[in-house]
Amino acid sequence: MSSVSSVLAAARAEGRAALIGYLPVGFPDHETSVAAMVAMVGAGVDIVEIGVPYSDPLMDGPVIQHAVEASLAAGARPKDAIVAAEAVAQAGAPALLMSYWNLVDRYGVARMATDLANAGGAGLITPDLIPEEAGEWIEASDEHGLDRIFLVAPSSTDGRLAMTAAACRGFVYVASTMGVTGVRSSVNDAAEVLVHRTRAATDLPLCVGLGVSTAEQATQVSGFADGVIVGSAFVRALASASSPAEGVRAVATVAASLAEGVRAGQPTRS
Amino acid sequence: MTDSQPTSARLRDAVGPYFGRFGGRFVPEALVAALDELDAAFGAAVVDPAFIAELDHLHRTYSGRPSILTEAPRFAKHAGGARILLKREDLNHTGSHKINNVLGQALLTRRMGKTRVIAETGAGQHGVATATAAALMDLECVIYMGEEDTRRQALNVARMRLLGAEVVPVTAGSRTLKDAINEAMRDWVTNVDTTHYLLGTVAGPHPFPTMVREFHRIIGEEAREQVLELTGRLPDVVTACVGGGSNAIGIFHAFLDDPEVELLGLEAGGDGVETGRHASSITGGVAGVLHGNRTFILQNEDGQTIESHSISAGLDYPGVGPEHAWLAESGRARYEPVTDTQAMEAFQLLCRTEGIIPAIESSHALAGALREGKRLGEGGIVLVNLSGRGDKDVDTAARWFGLVSAPDLVASEAERVVATDELKEEL
Repeated sequence: MSSVSSVLAAARAEGRAALIGYLPVGFPDHETSVAAMVAMVGAGVDIVEIGVPYSDPLMDGPVIQHAVEASLAAGARPKDAIVAAEAVAQAGAPALLMSYWNLVDRYGVARMATDLANAGGAGLITPDLIPEEAGEWIEASDEHGLDRIFLVAPSSTDGRLAMTAAACRGFVYVASTMGVTGVRSSVNDAAEVLVHRTRAATDLPLCVGLGVSTAEQATQVSGFADGVIVGSAFVRALASASSPAEGVRAVATVAASLAEGVRAGQPTRS
Repeated sequence: MTDSQPTSARLRDAVGPYFGRFGGRFVPEALVAALDELDAAFGAAVVDPAFIAELDHLHRTYSGRPSILTEAPRFAKHAGGARILLKREDLNHTGSHKINNVLGQALLTRRMGKTRVIAETGAGQHGVATATAAALMDLECVIYMGEEDTRRQALNVARMRLLGAEVVPVTAGSRTLKDAINEAMRDWVTNVDTTHYLLGTVAGPHPFPTMVREFHRIIGEEAREQVLELTGRLPDVVTACVGGGSNAIGIFHAFLDDPEVELLGLEAGGDGVETGRHASSITGGVAGVLHGNRTFILQNEDGQTIESHSISAGLDYPGVGPEHAWLAESGRARYEPVTDTQAMEAFQLLCRTEGIIPAIESSHALAGALREGKRLGEGGIVLVNLSGRGDKDVDTAARWFGLVSAPDLVASEAERVVATDELKEEL
């Protein structure tokens, strides 16, 4: 059982969803980003999703786009995400990298798997890689025991839900809405519908992302999913802080509030 | 996705999703259903006599097809005496080959019951063509254009707005074509129920490379017959400019299985490939994944996309269609860079010897024809895809040749139009 699976199982045993927090490495600088990830863990984030900055992040909305641009301008590199994964693992939480595929392709799929496993990283979330194109990664992740998280979307057919879930290990990333990352005022009904449709296709944990930003939304999602993925709200906390130290504190505050949110849920799933 | 590489040896039967090791679908899962829908709609349309007849009718009565073949004897004197034949896509409605693809995809949009099209544009040619088709077929139209490009191509911004399209300046990333594609993809993911992404080149996820090629292959089919009729034989070389590569694949396609015909794609060499300031993705790029397909791209050692550079906004793209990547790797076609200076020399030469102002994009193909003509000498035949006209480039050319003092009147007037519109949006 991978570290991600154990954490999700433990949360389930507590009758709540796990909290998964995203931050891109290198924003606003490498040290602050890693400190913020570690602070997240201290404040109740169960799993950290480390964004690998990319020049063409087509699944991301403006908040994350701007952060990633700044992090690239400051010189962030894919290997920095592996360094961050090691720090997060040492802080006691599983670390997943969220990477657009060309970065892994260029780094070398086998080399990425080796380096990530050696650093204690748990696996990869691949927003622009569908299982049909993932042969090399499936092989490398099997070899190194890494989790591989593909996404399902409201537009996925039942056949694709089953095929995609079958290719996942760790959990299935359920995209709550048709769209890109960002803070939204409400979580669409589509999320719950999609969780139920996916549940019919797999026994893997289902974690919901895209647009979850508040404790109330976390509570709501915790009622029907195994994990709640929050990104833009953390990035916004870091981006709007007046100093790096204040940014790290703000991230911890957001994490603590969301951690309460997932614990306030009344699980309704059987 | 199943690999549907043909078992037959005919190169022109390749239908994707893979062209050798290139192509595929590297996209968010959310888009797969729309790509499948598009693939099915396209597959059904191209064997539907009603669709074929409607597109053919538009070609003849709206675009002005077939486009003519013009021999360029005075230009050819500078090309070693070889015969130079120009396929005049510049004479199409909206001024380039782009209309072939947008009419096809706009008809498909209607067939799929969608009411809104979005598109990316660099120079503005594809945006203008898309806005044109949208006006013709009563579709809502939003064009994404890098903010940098809206300034460089202000007249085309005004043109699109005249045609009723909304033009959205993209301020993310490098604010050029690649960022406009990212933004169009984001829109598509969000609005895919009502919206078709009318992609303008033979790149992107399957089925776009195949579909866009199919809508442009009429260029080569007409040209092949026209050259045979005029000269009694096939050309020795076919030249075309390559950014994403839609006009090039369009004219190459009919000749893919004629091994005696050399195919030469001319990439934008910018300041020279050795300077790093260029847009030659095949000559100077590395295989990778960008905008949904595996192909040659300009990228750094980390896999970050490198900004491309070219005097020609239409070639200023850090990737290339996957079928070109395959034709290059297999050796069926050659791809060479043409620098800004070489392209502008060919531009001026065609203006002065033949009375035709070509697009700067197409001037890269003309520069290639000058090279090939000198190599072939008398008796050689070079077919050039003159993919667009140069009206849009007059301002750039005037500055290049020092014919006006900057800021010249045309540009400042157009910039004023854009600025006024931006002000309106802010209000």
